[in-house]
Amino acid sequence: MPKITYIEHDGTEHNIDADVGSTVMNAALDNLVPGIDADCGGECSCATCHVMVAENWMPKVGQPSEAEESMLDLNPERQSNSRLSCQIPVTDELDGLVVQLPEFQF
Amino acid sequence: MAEATQPLMVDLDPAEVPLEDIDVSQRELWEQNKKYPFFKRLRDEAPVHYCKDSEFGAYWSVTRYEDIMEVEQNWQHFSSDPTIVIQDPEEDFQLPMFIAMDPPKHDDQRKTVQGVVAPANLKNLEGTIRTRVQNILDSLPVGETFNWVDKVSIELTTQMLATLFDFPFEDRRKLTRWSDVATGGPETGVVETEEQRREELYECLAYFQNLWHERVGKEGNDLITMLANSEATKDMEPQEFLGNLVLLIVGGNDTTRNSITGGVLALNENPGEYAKLRNDPTVIPNMVSEIIRWVTPLAHMRRTCVKDYELGGQQIKAGDKVIMWYVSGNRDERAIENPDEFRIDRKRARQHLSFGFGIHRCMGNRLGEMQLRILWEEIQKRFHMVEVVGEPVRVPSNFVHGFVELPVRLHPL
Repeated sequence: MPKITYIEHDGTEHNIDADVGSTVMNAALDNLVPGIDADCGGECSCATCHVMVAENWMPKVGQPSEAEESMLDLNPERQSNSRLSCQIPVTDELDGLVVQLPEFQF
Repeated sequence: MAEATQPLMVDLDPAEVPLEDIDVSQRELWEQNKKYPFFKRLRDEAPVHYCKDSEFGAYWSVTRYEDIMEVEQNWQHFSSDPTIVIQDPEEDFQLPMFIAMDPPKHDDQRKTVQGVVAPANLKNLEGTIRTRVQNILDSLPVGETFNWVDKVSIELTTQMLATLFDFPFEDRRKLTRWSDVATGGPETGVVETEEQRREELYECLAYFQNLWHERVGKEGNDLITMLANSEATKDMEPQEFLGNLVLLIVGGNDTTRNSITGGVLALNENPGEYAKLRNDPTVIPNMVSEIIRWVTPLAHMRRTCVKDYELGGQQIKAGDKVIMWYVSGNRDERAIENPDEFRIDRKRARQHLSFGFGIHRCMGNRLGEMQLRILWEEIQKRFHMVEVVGEPVRVPSNFVHGFVELPVRLHPL
């Protein structure tokens, strides 16, 4: 099982084992990681599962799709490494992934 | 026009009326709160339903949660231009506003103003909101019957709006009036004539133009300063300025106002839930989401199909009017467990349609939630019960899903 680390805004770390085939959003919800609201349930339609991907992981995680970009773009607090975690499928290649959670979901 | 030829829905049995005759847009259904069984019938038997004639012309009703989501996500087929309400704009009185635009112009204008309600800014507002809530609650007449809508719901949301605009505080009830005038007309009784409506909206424009001129070239965190100094909005024509003002005033006013009122009513209708709240105030944030689902303060959003599209097995043609009934999707038993029950500790309470989804999702959602949360925290510190002691009076509108009056009496702790 790939390991994912979520770091809350205050620095609290959550290390969890994620299922391949899940998403970075669902893995957080399934393991009670706080800070992800997921209002639309993983449809790329609310932007409340916003995470910042550790820079060294960006090449493997990749860039947002056009639909994701249009949601992220409306968030005044978006960063260059911002992604919606519902749009990141968990794969073996992402074993060790580190993502930072924003202080608030928009 | 339609009323003469169409049967009045409130007089019919929702289970018996022929599907093709159903018209959920009729005001009487909303004023008398009789729409829910008609929506259930549509969800079950005709989830994408064509009404060929109504006061608002022909329109499609989309009533299931998943179908609404599909329309929300597809702005390429379902445009927000020229309007997001069932009633078509008047040709000689257009009010462009960014909620009724598509990308890229929508995105540019929205980005200009959304920072004011971004969570980081809200943190600074929390103390102000709490003090105001405390002042409002402490000034209420204990032991008397009074209208909760006027003394609490309107007062709190209007104070908030005045702050976001940095609007002269003593004149704040003008904002309430302009909000009512913007969403109503002679048919809802808010004004006598359409001319009067336009006159009042031009007064609104003139008032705000003065504020605008004072703030050009200045720094500030209020909405008017932001609009006056951003590349995307500084050269707006007067009608477009008025349109965006109407959007921000209604968005910040009618919505939270009706959730504040509807929450009191829902808790009174469900005494078991009120008891849960008394026993455990930590449920309040979750309850706030459930109230917003339950009330669904804006009943619908409209799109206009711009390219033929198949939805739920129906052929929607370019030019057709498509109504997403949030009020129905929020009661869709396919997406929400026991949707007709008000449960303040509901699981996944945040998954509701009231804020919309996609690029037009409500930008003030976190502010609205925060106002409701603080209000209920402070109510619970003061009152055993806000008791509803008479029938609510509802707005006769299929868009603003809310209340004119809710008579209550307070029972202090």
